[in-house]
Amino acid sequence: MIVPRLALQSLRNRALTASLTVLAIAFSVMLLLGVEKVRTGARQSFADTISGTDLIVGARSGAIQLLLYSVFRIGNATNNVTWKSYEDIAKRPEVAWIVPLSLGDSHHGFRVLGTTTDYFKHYKYRHGHELAFAEGRPFSDLFDAVIGADVAKGLGYKVGDKIIVAHGVGSVSFIEHADKPFRVCGILAKTGTPVDRTVHVSLEAIEAIHVDWQNGIPMPGQGVSAEEVRKMDLKPKAITAALVGLKSKLATFRLQRAINNYKEEPLSAIIPGAALQQLWGLVGTAETALSVVSAMVVATALLGMVTMILTTLNERRREMAILRSVGARPVTILGLLATEAGLLTLAGVLVGVGLLYGALGLLQPYVDRVYGLHLEIDPPTQREWLTLASIVAAGFLAGLLPAMRAYRLSLADGMTVRT
Amino acid sequence: MQRAATQTAASDIVRMSGVRFRWRGARAFSLAIDDFALPARERVLLVGPSGAGKSTFLSLLCGVVTPSAGRLEVLGTDMTKLSGAARDHFRAEHFGIIFQMFNLLPYGSILDNVLLPLSFARKRRARAGQSGPIEAEAQRLLSSLGLDPAELHGLSAANLSVGQQQRVAAARALIGRPELVVADEPTSALDRDRQLAFLDLLFAEIDAAGASLIMVSHEEELGARFDRVLRLEDIAVGERRAAA
Repeated sequence: MIVPRLALQSLRNRALTASLTVLAIAFSVMLLLGVEKVRTGARQSFADTISGTDLIVGARSGAIQLLLYSVFRIGNATNNVTWKSYEDIAKRPEVAWIVPLSLGDSHHGFRVLGTTTDYFKHYKYRHGHELAFAEGRPFSDLFDAVIGADVAKGLGYKVGDKIIVAHGVGSVSFIEHADKPFRVCGILAKTGTPVDRTVHVSLEAIEAIHVDWQNGIPMPGQGVSAEEVRKMDLKPKAITAALVGLKSKLATFRLQRAINNYKEEPLSAIIPGAALQQLWGLVGTAETALSVVSAMVVATALLGMVTMILTTLNERRREMAILRSVGARPVTILGLLATEAGLLTLAGVLVGVGLLYGALGLLQPYVDRVYGLHLEIDPPTQREWLTLASIVAAGFLAGLLPAMRAYRLSLADGMTVRT
Repeated sequence: MQRAATQTAASDIVRMSGVRFRWRGARAFSLAIDDFALPARERVLLVGPSGAGKSTFLSLLCGVVTPSAGRLEVLGTDMTKLSGAARDHFRAEHFGIIFQMFNLLPYGSILDNVLLPLSFARKRRARAGQSGPIEAEAQRLLSSLGLDPAELHGLSAANLSVGQQQRVAAARALIGRPELVVADEPTSALDRDRQLAFLDLLFAEIDAAGASLIMVSHEEELGARFDRVLRLEDIAVGERRAAA
């Protein structure tokens, strides 16, 4: 056991450079695994943007487009869904619940969503989490508004504040529904989903603010005040989309087919999970690029280690000559250096994993709260274990480069250092 | 000089005949020895000027480099016929080497430095452990060479004085009673009184182990203490002859 002990003492003798090497590997491993955690976390958060909804129904369009505007509030619908179609779907026996969505207006760049209070009951995210109110309550008055966490934080709103909805979805709008202001009645807790960036009002409110509008502009001289509109029939004529929950998952494909073949108007029904997968596939290139960059960081750290061993090799020739003189074979020298590289990498990997879990433990609540990104603190997955084992193996193999040089030097030097 | 001529006998520890060696890239032979023998238990002082090939002679003798021609027997084994690994193993089992600069591992403890050769030589380790634990044998050797192991306990080799390093290097060479001790100018850093004192201690241990000694030095005056003094030019033929 003297030789391994001396090898460790040799390493301790070069403690500073060895520690820096271990740290460089540790940080790169932390980065690699961290990126992997963020990637899987982001993927999971993305996939968990909506859960518990079996179908999303909208005007006939592509699945991704329907998903983008109905769930992510990105882009616009090509057409609306008539209220009659909505009611027809709602009446179908397979349907357990249905939540209408009406989009088209905004407030300081945040989308305004017209819906019913069922939305707060049935919209779920991250493995069935229900929406929760940080403050206030769901809308009850016609001009009540429930705002998402980012809206409240970004615009500094609190319950009771007045807000004015603008027509259209641009971040700056010159046409506002200023005659019918809303009052914030509730603020939702952070979800990490597009809900955080949404102003929720009732479907009737959407009708109310457009009652005196035609073709996207107010009708001159036909203004209806906020008080007068309360007495009017505000039953919607059309909606943008609807979230549908079914009594049995087995009915999903049957209802989807029925809606896609609906005779009255061209509609599309999509399964959110499948559409999310399709959408994630589109951003998969960035995901791959991220993985490649972190792999490059690990490769750079290993290269640094090889450089460190190579640069110390010359001053260690005497050490090797001593070992040779007492009977160590050149292959022992090769093994010692390769093992040293392997041990440095292993130490780097262990420290890196420790740092990662330490950082996760510290930052997880903050990241969840501020970015809505839920990072699981799970033990490394099989894929991560494999990655870590590959890094140690790569470190050992990389160590063969200086080890081969040491082998050749020890053969040439013999027992005396010939420099 | 007591004996200049070489002898050959059954009890010879080392026999060299027709040995030719050239360092890679050199155009001339670096060393050529037609005949050399070292009887068992003999203490030989090899003298010669710098660059005469003394270190090359020791490298050949220890099997670190192999001759391009000739026969080199140590303890009846032809070193030229052994593979590199077998030569390393043979050296670990049968040679004790003391270097001019002592070549201790500076970060290693004194005991680890002394015990290091036993890691590569099973038989030598067994010999060292015949009368008790190998650590006890290492401490006995250190004591007999004038060091107090208890006083030096926990110190690394880098913390020792030159004289102490020299004794640790000698203990490392002697542990496990190797048949042949090779010393490359081990006394060059000492004044005369200390040189003689060190040699007395070294010879006592070598005699006790029944080993032979080849010591290289510039200082011919030390020769009186040896059985034989050899000049390298006496055994090397056709100095630095061009390669045929």
